[in-house]
Amino acid sequence: MKIKNIAITLAATGLIFSAQASVAGTTLESVKKKGVLSCGVSVGLAGFSQKDEKGQWSGLDVDVCRGVAAAVLGDASKVQYKPLTAKERFTALQSGEIDILSRNTTWTHTRDTSLGLNFAGVIYYDGAGFMVSKKLGVKSAKELDGANACIQAGTSTELAISDYFRENNMKYKAITFDTSDQTRAGFESGRCDFLVSDQSQLYALRIGLKNPDGALVLPEVISKEPLGPVVRQNDDEWFNIVKWVVNASIEGEYQGVTSKNADDLKSKGNPGQKRLLGTEGDLGEKLGLSADWAYQVIKQVGNYSESFDRNVGEGSPLKIARGLNAQWNKGGILYSPAMR
Amino acid sequence: MFAKKTAEQIKLETRPSGAGATAFYNNPKYRGWIYQTALFVFLIGFFYSIISNTLDNMSAQGIKSGFSFLNTSAGFDVLMSLIPYETTDSYSQLFIIGILNTILVSAIGIIFSTILGFIFGIAYFSHNWLIKQIAIVYVEIFRNIPVILQVIFWYTVFNALPIARESLSLGDAIFLNVTGLYFPMLVGDSGSEFVYGAIVIAIIAVFVIKRWAKKRQDLTGEQFPVLWTSLGILFGLPLLVLLVTGIPFHLDYPALRGFNFRGGVSVIPELISLAIALSVYTGAFIAEAVRAGIQSVPKGQTEAARSIGLKESKIMSLIIVPQSMRVITPMLNSEYQSLVKNTTIATAIGYPELFTVFAGSALNQVGQAIEIMFMTLAIYFIINMVISVIMNHFNKRTELSSR
Repeated sequence: MKIKNIAITLAATGLIFSAQASVAGTTLESVKKKGVLSCGVSVGLAGFSQKDEKGQWSGLDVDVCRGVAAAVLGDASKVQYKPLTAKERFTALQSGEIDILSRNTTWTHTRDTSLGLNFAGVIYYDGAGFMVSKKLGVKSAKELDGANACIQAGTSTELAISDYFRENNMKYKAITFDTSDQTRAGFESGRCDFLVSDQSQLYALRIGLKNPDGALVLPEVISKEPLGPVVRQNDDEWFNIVKWVVNASIEGEYQGVTSKNADDLKSKGNPGQKRLLGTEGDLGEKLGLSADWAYQVIKQVGNYSESFDRNVGEGSPLKIARGLNAQWNKGGILYSPAMR
Repeated sequence: MFAKKTAEQIKLETRPSGAGATAFYNNPKYRGWIYQTALFVFLIGFFYSIISNTLDNMSAQGIKSGFSFLNTSAGFDVLMSLIPYETTDSYSQLFIIGILNTILVSAIGIIFSTILGFIFGIAYFSHNWLIKQIAIVYVEIFRNIPVILQVIFWYTVFNALPIARESLSLGDAIFLNVTGLYFPMLVGDSGSEFVYGAIVIAIIAVFVIKRWAKKRQDLTGEQFPVLWTSLGILFGLPLLVLLVTGIPFHLDYPALRGFNFRGGVSVIPELISLAIALSVYTGAFIAEAVRAGIQSVPKGQTEAARSIGLKESKIMSLIIVPQSMRVITPMLNSEYQSLVKNTTIATAIGYPELFTVFAGSALNQVGQAIEIMFMTLAIYFIINMVISVIMNHFNKRTELSSR
C-alpha cells in the first residue's frame, strides 16, 4: 500500500518536472490570446504614469503601453496596468507578470546585459539633477558637501550621485526611500538637504510640493539617463514590435502625421507617409501585425510630439521644454531608423 | 506515514519468526531503511530538480547567475554602517553592514521590549487602580495597531522636528532635529586605561561578593546587603581611580558645521523610530505573556509567602516571577523571533537593515534575485535559530524540576 503511494507520488513528480522546461509560447501569441496587454508602470509619477480620479492612466510611459496595445490588438484601451516600485520592476518583467515594462527606466549596460532584458528604444532623454530648498541659499551642486540626499532606492541615480560626489571629493549621506512620494516627503520635512533624481522627475515632484516656489532645481545635470520601454530577452518578435511602435511614433512626428490628419494621409499622403500608415508596402506583415498597425498607434495615441505636449510639455502642468527630446533636425537627438 | 510504520513494526516484531521464510523486504529493519533511503533520494532529487530547473530557465532567459557579484563594487552609499564603508566597497561588505544593522536594531528592540513587557505585565497586578488601567490601555492600544503604522507614526513624529539649524538643544550639548539625535561622546586620554581597569575589577568584585553572600546565607541564614555593596563598589572604585588619575577624559561635543552636526555621537531618526515602534509593539505582547505567566502561579504561593512574613515587593521578585518564567520563556522566544522578522518593515522608512540594503538596493542594482534572496533568507534563519537555541537553554533552566 505504502510502496504504491510512494511510487505514484514519484511518478507524478517525475511527470511534472519533465514537462517544465518549455517556455509557454511567444509574448505576441499570449497577448493576442489574453486580448489585453499587461504593462508595468510606476506607482505614480506626474507626466509619465499617473492615475486620475476615474482610474484612467495617462503619461508618456503609459502612451507606450497604449501604442503597443493599439498596434497589436487594434485598441489602445486594452491595457492592464501594473503599478511597480523601482525595486519590483525587473523581477515582474523577468517572471512574465507583465509583457512590457514602461516605467521611466534608464537604459544601462548592466541592466541590458545581465538581467535577461532588452531595451526597446528611448522615449525620453533625461539626466540626474538636484533639487534644493531655496532657504539653503545653495546655487550649485558643488556647494553640497556634507549634505543629506533623498534618493529612490534601486535607481541608477543612486549610482550616479555616488560617482559625482566622489569625482568632486565631496561627501554626502544617502537616505533612500522606496517610492518617489516618500522621497518627496523626506525632502519636504527637511530630513535631507537635497533631492536627487532624473530632471523630469524633479519637475514632477516639485509641482507636488506644498510650496513649489520654495524649491530650486540646480543647473547641474550629472548623468545620462535615457528612459525607455523594456522587454524580455530571447523574444525577437515581441522586441521588434515594441521597438517599432516607439519608432512609428517618432517617425509620425517627423513625417508630419498626426492623429488628426492620419485618415486623410492614408490615401493622399506621400510615399513615406503611406508606408507608415500601411497603405503601401508590407511593414505590418513583417512585424506579424496587421497592415494598419502604425496608423492605429498614431490615430489612437498620437505621434511623439502630441504625446509629449499632452503629458510633459506645454499642454501639461510640467511645461518641460523639448530640449534633447526634439527631432534630430530641430535641435534634439530624436531619430527613428528608416521606415522602409 | 511514520506513525503507521512504527505500528506495523511492532506488529511484525511480535509475530513469531518463521525460520527465515520472510523475504528481506518484509523484514522490518530493512524495510525501514528502504523507506528512509527512498525518501532521502526523492528529496535530493526534488531539490536538485528545482535548483537545476531554475538555473536552466535563468540561463535560457539570459539572466546571469552565481555569486561573483559579491566581489564587485556596490557604488552606492548607505545611510548608516557600524563598520567603515565607502561607495567603492564590495557587495559582500554591504551584506555585512546589512546584517550588523539588523542585529543592532533587533538587540535594542529585544532589550527594551523585555523591559517594557515586564514593567507593564507586572503593573497589571498593581493594587493601584490607575497603574493597572495604564497597563491595560498600553497593551490594548499597541497590540491592536499594525506595526508598520506604528513605525510610520514614529517616523512622522521625527519628521515634524525642526531642521538642523533650528535644533532643539539641551545645554548646548545634546541636540535633536529632523536629521537625528546628537550627544557628546566621551573620549579617553592617556591614563584612562586605569579607569577602564578599575571598572573591570569592580565588576569581578561584585560577582565574587554575590557568590560569597549566597554561600554565607546558605550556611548561616544571615543576609548581606548585596545590592548596596555592589553599587558602592561599581561606582566607588572607578570614581576613586578617576580622581586619582586626574579625570583623563574629555567630551567631544557635536557642533553645527556646514549642513549638519559633526562630532559626538549621532543616532539617525530611522533607527530611533524603528527601535521605538518595535519595542513598544513587541513589549505589549510580552506584557501579556508576563501576565499569563504570573496568573499561572497558584494563589497559594503568594499566601504561603505572606504567611512566612515576606515583604510584598519580595514576594513578586523571589516567589512569583521566577515560577512564572516557565510559562513566559517559550512565549518570549516567539516574540523575539517575530521582532527580528519585523525589522524588515524598515524598508518603509529607509533604515538600512539587511532587507532594505541587500534584498532591496543591491538586488535591484545587480538583479540576481535568487542568490540575494537566498543569502538574505539564510541570515534571518540563522539569527532566529541562535535566539531559539539561547532561549531553549534558558527554558531548560526554568523548567519545573520534579524530584
